[in-house]
Amino acid sequence: MLGILIYSATLVTQAATLALFSLGLNLQWGMAGLVNFGHVAFMALGAYTTVLLTLGGVAWYLAALLGAGAAALLGLLIGLSTLRLREDYLGIVTIGVAELLRLLLKNERPLGWLTRGDFGIQSFPKPLWPNPQGNPLFGWLPPNQYPWVLMVVVLVVLAGTLVLLQRLSRSPWGRVLRAIREDEAVATALGKNVFAFKLQAFVLGGAIGGLSGAFYAWYLQAVYPSNFLPEVTFQAWMIVAIGGAGNHWGVLAGAALFQLYNSLPRFLPDIAPGQTEAIQVMLIGLTLIFVMVWRPQGLLGKKAELLLHR
Amino acid sequence: MGSHSSPTILLQAQHLSKSFGGVRAVDDVAIAIPQGSITGLIGPNGAGKTTFFNLLVKFLPPDRGSVVFDGRPVHGLPPHKIAQLGMMRTFQVPRVLSRLSVLENMLLAAPGQHGERFWAVWLGGRRIRQQEREMGEKALELLESVGLGHVATEYAGALSGGQRKLLEMARGLMCDPKLMMLDEPAAGVNPALLEQICGYIEAWNRQGITFLIIEHNMDVIMSLCDRVWVLAEGRNLIDGTPAEVQSHPRVIEAYLGSA
Ligand SMILES: Nc1ncnc2c1ncn2[C@@H]1O[C@H](COP(=O)(O)OP(=O)(O)OP(=O)(O)O)[C@@H](O)[C@H]1O
Ligand SMILES: [Mg+2]
Repeated sequence: MLGILIYSATLVTQAATLALFSLGLNLQWGMAGLVNFGHVAFMALGAYTTVLLTLGGVAWYLAALLGAGAAALLGLLIGLSTLRLREDYLGIVTIGVAELLRLLLKNERPLGWLTRGDFGIQSFPKPLWPNPQGNPLFGWLPPNQYPWVLMVVVLVVLAGTLVLLQRLSRSPWGRVLRAIREDEAVATALGKNVFAFKLQAFVLGGAIGGLSGAFYAWYLQAVYPSNFLPEVTFQAWMIVAIGGAGNHWGVLAGAALFQLYNSLPRFLPDIAPGQTEAIQVMLIGLTLIFVMVWRPQGLLGKKAELLLHR
Repeated sequence: MGSHSSPTILLQAQHLSKSFGGVRAVDDVAIAIPQGSITGLIGPNGAGKTTFFNLLVKFLPPDRGSVVFDGRPVHGLPPHKIAQLGMMRTFQVPRVLSRLSVLENMLLAAPGQHGERFWAVWLGGRRIRQQEREMGEKALELLESVGLGHVATEYAGALSGGQRKLLEMARGLMCDPKLMMLDEPAAGVNPALLEQICGYIEAWNRQGITFLIIEHNMDVIMSLCDRVWVLAEGRNLIDGTPAEVQSHPRVIEAYLGSA
């Protein structure tokens, strides 16, 4: 019984991490219309940076922030080189960068001193939970109860990010982003520096993706290059689409639904032994089809917006 | 200076040229727009009028040529900077931001918004709210003045074609432009609305805004414009008063030749 409870803490942590990750994409795509097909790169960079820094003795929160900073820097590099070009270039370049980064992490092994290639990194400090000496804050908590701690931390960060994004969306800054998503030429004609706004959105979205990487590493308690396959990016796209592009609360709903379908089959009796994974994929596909037919604007998207002609 | 000194020139373009592959869409075209005037730009279909507009505001980079606006060269500036200097263009097919409300379309256009700076969103809450309030009043006033007050909270995408034209012009005015460049304001507009639009243009002109208007409707040109420039096949044909231009044999020939 207690085992299931703790497992549910992990599930919530996973969902929240996925939501955080998707919020970054929602800022880029949902709000500013930027096509990012390599969002997982930000997560990977955030995860590895956090892990390596904490191993080097940096405090967990600083390490996570620096991880987000590294992801922001990657966003800046990609943005500076592609955001002035036609929009499809961004899509292509982001796919390329994400795969490049993963292959770099994977093939770093001959050097062996940093990311350890395919072997990954398995033991590193976690938030509010150090070492054998015990923790002043949670010293009373048995080690197997750690998922609760991490769950609270990620939920706090997720809530903070959500507040931040809501405030940005409602500001004149967010209005310009939505205008750019609708029609770049109009925003330009009205004197808005479209490139600068896109760059800001892309970098901030990248930083949020990077931050989610830290939590990904912490709940898995390990990082491998194979954690960061392109399909992780597409999970975020699915979540944003299910939730309703541009709607931050929708992203939370999308992530929760995704996680439910992703984990539910594990609790079901093993009807078709060995087929759980396949059933999962089917269920996710069915959900997506169902949502798109029943609410094409996404769970929390606005129906009226779909009926408008340009 | 005497009472007939030549008026100040607000915009002067020279030698503007643009080719698309082999097509010389705009070929060594010049224009001079006096401050406070309503200047017309006419020419047969495909003469290069819209392309010329795009060159003036840098929506397309010219192959060659210069544009001086309000006493400073602007052809080296990016388009958003040119807009900030006070050149506001509308589009031949009106472009509204569909999934923004009509009011949001207007608010977006206001220049110098504190809340558009990323950091200010965190630090300047009070100032942003105050600016939003002031802009909101101005926007509603403008919307009322063109008869769109009652649809302020609707999605702009829900507006009719005529309403979109009005919104596009009102939105441009939110920027306090010195020069309004209208690409075919009369196209696809019913006679009643057309009369209304012409009235607005004259009123805004009296308030000090200079206009450059592309138009096929000769009645509109005759009634509004002080001076008319004619383009044909990407080149300057002639310029003069509306009456001079209308009856000029070369203009008639250009229009007939294209028919
Ligand atoms: N982006 C483009 N690529 C290639 N050719 C173009 C492009 N834009 C315009 N042209 C060509 O340049 C010429 C001038 O077009 P433009 O739209 O400026 O004419 P116009 O005078 O505005 O015509 P209309 O009165 O029909 O609006 C045409 O031959 C057109 O086909
Ligand atoms: Mg045209």
